[in-house]
Amino acid sequence: MLFGFEWDLSSPAAYAASILPILLIGMWVTIQATVIGFIVALVLGLVWAVLKAAPFRIIAWPATVMTEFIRDTPLLVQLFFLYYVLPEYGIVLPAFMTGTLALGIQYSAYTSEVYRAGIEAVAKYQHEAARALNLTPARTFTHIVVPQAVPRIVPAMGNYLVSIMKDVPVLSVVTVLEMLNVAKIVGDRTFNYLVPLSMVGGLYLVMTLVASAGVRLLDGWLPKQGVPLK
Amino acid sequence: MNDPIIKFDKVIKRFGDLTVLDELDFEVGRGEKVSIIGPSGSGKSTVLRILMTLEGIDGGVVTVNGEPLWHEEGPDGLRPASEAHLHKMRTQLGMVFQQFNLFPHMTVLRNITEAPVKVLGLSKAEAKGRAEELLELVGLADQAQKYPHQLSGGQQQRVGIARALAMRPNVLLFDEPTSALDPELVGEVLNVIGRLAEEHDLTMLLVTHEMRFAREISDRVCFFDQGRIREEGTPEELFTDPKEDRTREFLKAVLD
Ligand SMILES: Nc1ncnc2c1ncn2[C@@H]1O[C@H](COP(=O)(O)OP(=O)(O)OP(=O)(O)O)[C@@H](O)[C@H]1O
Ligand SMILES: [Mg+2]
Repeated sequence: MLFGFEWDLSSPAAYAASILPILLIGMWVTIQATVIGFIVALVLGLVWAVLKAAPFRIIAWPATVMTEFIRDTPLLVQLFFLYYVLPEYGIVLPAFMTGTLALGIQYSAYTSEVYRAGIEAVAKYQHEAARALNLTPARTFTHIVVPQAVPRIVPAMGNYLVSIMKDVPVLSVVTVLEMLNVAKIVGDRTFNYLVPLSMVGGLYLVMTLVASAGVRLLDGWLPKQGVPLK
Repeated sequence: MNDPIIKFDKVIKRFGDLTVLDELDFEVGRGEKVSIIGPSGSGKSTVLRILMTLEGIDGGVVTVNGEPLWHEEGPDGLRPASEAHLHKMRTQLGMVFQQFNLFPHMTVLRNITEAPVKVLGLSKAEAKGRAEELLELVGLADQAQKYPHQLSGGQQQRVGIARALAMRPNVLLFDEPTSALDPELVGEVLNVIGRLAEEHDLTMLLVTHEMRFAREISDRVCFFDQGRIREEGTPEELFTDPKEDRTREFLKAVLD
């Protein structure tokens, strides 16, 4: 029994049906971790991108070093760092929060590059036209550059959304009950791993297909020339 | 020339080791229509880009309406202009680009109203009224709600002209406004520019390879060669009786 659901080992089909609700509870945790991790990655990545673009090296440099460091170290190292080191300094976060934070931080290093590339891809001519019309740099950024950068940014961010989803099982090492961890516990207790692990594979496939389709839909809906302004 | 609106005084412009403008002296009178012709790389676009503050200078002084463009009066003489000074000076100038450079995510109307609302502080209704008049002027009254990619090149360039005019500049700069267009679309753009030249007291500075057109609309034509004005005069003088060999060679090459 797990989360109040009994398993039925009479046949593989009955077993699968009986543990589905258990796995779905784990899947819900996986989805939450993905979404929160993604939001952290999007927001923090934007912060990095802005800092790295700062005209002062004293700001740009640390941001560059930090993102390079994050990118070149495994997610697991950052996860352990947050989970085991922070409490030594009195910062104790719940496992789920630590895990999603680690995911978001790891991927912020990648998303910051997506922002940078998307912004730089907006043609120099657009900046010149804006300058000739005397628009301020801030207005040019928010109303000329960003709307045109969005369609370039969205597909790349979509790929990272799916990657984050597939990295969530790493959180099991700090006891987060995401889907794979739940399946493993079920396997441990029933001595049947085949069915729960196969089901995890299937459910993952469904999730990634849905997420990819969503991103493609958004991508197709966004005009290539930018977020329209009437 | 007394009281020119634009004055280049020994202006030097370099890109690395390349000296593009070599102590250029150049003046444009109020309301004058001046065409700039010359071979590729002679510095024609650079002159316009310096005026539009898209490119700085390495020596000399540029004045617009009697005020230095790239300098400011300081306590001890001229000092390099601040961004605030450039912002103020730019209000007198407008530019029409070879590649149109419309904002692709904005409707035609928004392309034209964005700066008047945000920079000049017009109300949306005022800006829209002004934009509609200008679209009428360039023959695109029915295209206001379209996006640039839904228009032909000639239509896009006419929007580009309307967008520049919406800021009510004193000087309008055209950098090869028809070079990116299919031949059959050149005429409609030249018509609009020609009408502007005729009906407005706007000062116009036009870089072009359309010699016939330059001849028709200009008060004066300047032949640029290697960062200097090699020869200038009325269209009659320059096109029918050029004094310099270089001018003659150039005209022969482009007119054939
Ligand atoms: N940003 C830049 N960096 C380096 N060199 C430049 C730059 N802009 C222009 N140049 C060079 O300066 C010279 C003059 O350029 P400019 O664009 O003013 O010529 P142009 O007379 O307009 O020529 P065209 O008829 O080909 O447009 C050219 O040799 C060009 O390669
Ligand atoms: Mg040029």
